[in-house]
Amino acid sequence: MEKYDLMIIGAGAAGLTAGIYASRAKLNTVIINEGVVGGQMVLTEEVANYPGVETTKGYMLANTMKTQAKSFGCKIRSNVKITSYALEDPVKSVTLEDGRSFSADAVILTPGGRPRSLNIPGEDQFKGTGISYCATCDGDFFTGKEVIVVGGGNSALEEAVALTNFATKVTIVHQFDHFQAFEHAIKEAQNNPKIEFIMESELREFIGDTTLEKVTIEHLPTGNMSEMNIDGVFIFVGYLPNTESLAGLVALNERNEIIVDPDMKTPIPGMFAAGDCIAKKYRQVTTAVADGTIAALSASEFLRTRNTKAAPKPASLSVQG
Amino acid sequence: MKLLQTPVQEIETASELEKIINENENVMVCCGRMGPMCIPVYDTMEELQDEYEHVKFYSMAFDSPEAGVIRNAPECRGFMGLPFTMYYKNGEVAHATSSIQNRQQITTILDEKLK
Repeated sequence: MEKYDLMIIGAGAAGLTAGIYASRAKLNTVIINEGVVGGQMVLTEEVANYPGVETTKGYMLANTMKTQAKSFGCKIRSNVKITSYALEDPVKSVTLEDGRSFSADAVILTPGGRPRSLNIPGEDQFKGTGISYCATCDGDFFTGKEVIVVGGGNSALEEAVALTNFATKVTIVHQFDHFQAFEHAIKEAQNNPKIEFIMESELREFIGDTTLEKVTIEHLPTGNMSEMNIDGVFIFVGYLPNTESLAGLVALNERNEIIVDPDMKTPIPGMFAAGDCIAKKYRQVTTAVADGTIAALSASEFLRTRNTKAAPKPASLSVQG
Repeated sequence: MKLLQTPVQEIETASELEKIINENENVMVCCGRMGPMCIPVYDTMEELQDEYEHVKFYSMAFDSPEAGVIRNAPECRGFMGLPFTMYYKNGEVAHATSSIQNRQQITTILDEKLK
């Protein structure tokens, strides 16, 4: 068992920031990360709204945060699989698939989120042979071809416009009769002659041999099913918090987001949460960094006062009422 | 010229690739860019380098003309997602994948195809 003062679960923007603050405050800190260091930051091609940095690649920002955390002594255990959590007791611990285990007096949960998939037949089969989740990465494979973009938020509409640089026609398929995106993004998509819209509809199946050839689409108000020949489908249908394995250990809301107070505390003493996994409205690198800072400072305070409380106070000093 | 900034050693020419796959029994090559679908694969390869000592791990820049040997490989026909990841056994393509793969997907292929 490796013992630490603070254990951070997740190495995205929130977790790395918490690691920087905690290790710089001389807390013996470990970050345990199930995915890739940097989390969704590395899924961002260009970051142009991180204050103090004019423009950078997502992976560069992630790499700098990782280097910073390590330089202060923070340990990072990445690409591991956590098989069990024991987080309710005063000493928190996790065990990994390879048998290693870690314990700490406080824990910050920063598991982040991931792009939501459609979970329909054929989605796994055609990933990379017609289905993509990144227009910047794969757009040029669809030069001169026809593609579908699934979704109605900012990502979907902005990526649809970007894909018109490659594809001859982009069809946006969206489940509602209106879009959730900002007005300027909607206008830009609507004014683009290469973009068509299929509203109140959802994809039901991906069909093809070695590559994607067509999709089945259901028109939701009528239940009518139709097939459409297509070369590619780009999916931008929001994000899911990575909290499945934490259900039962910590309070989640109806969207499976962790409920915290403004100091990033959960109801369990010594357990904090930060970043995209918590219940909140805006998810940006900057907000994750802010949450991670607050969580690390709260955890530091918890560990400090907990150590002070360990010595019994004289009864005369206790405050009543 | 090296075009990628990854912790995995980069192959720069087709002849270098040819030499490597002929001189090593098990070789994994991730052919990509510095984008969100490719970086997680490079990072996973970096971590696997210590665990799979019988496999050689390399990257190759997708946009280099020299990478045509991978881009145009018959095993990559129909691939429309970066990176193109190649698994070579005794100089032959044992497996190829398109788009991002997680650690478990990669280790499953390594365990099955590059034993």
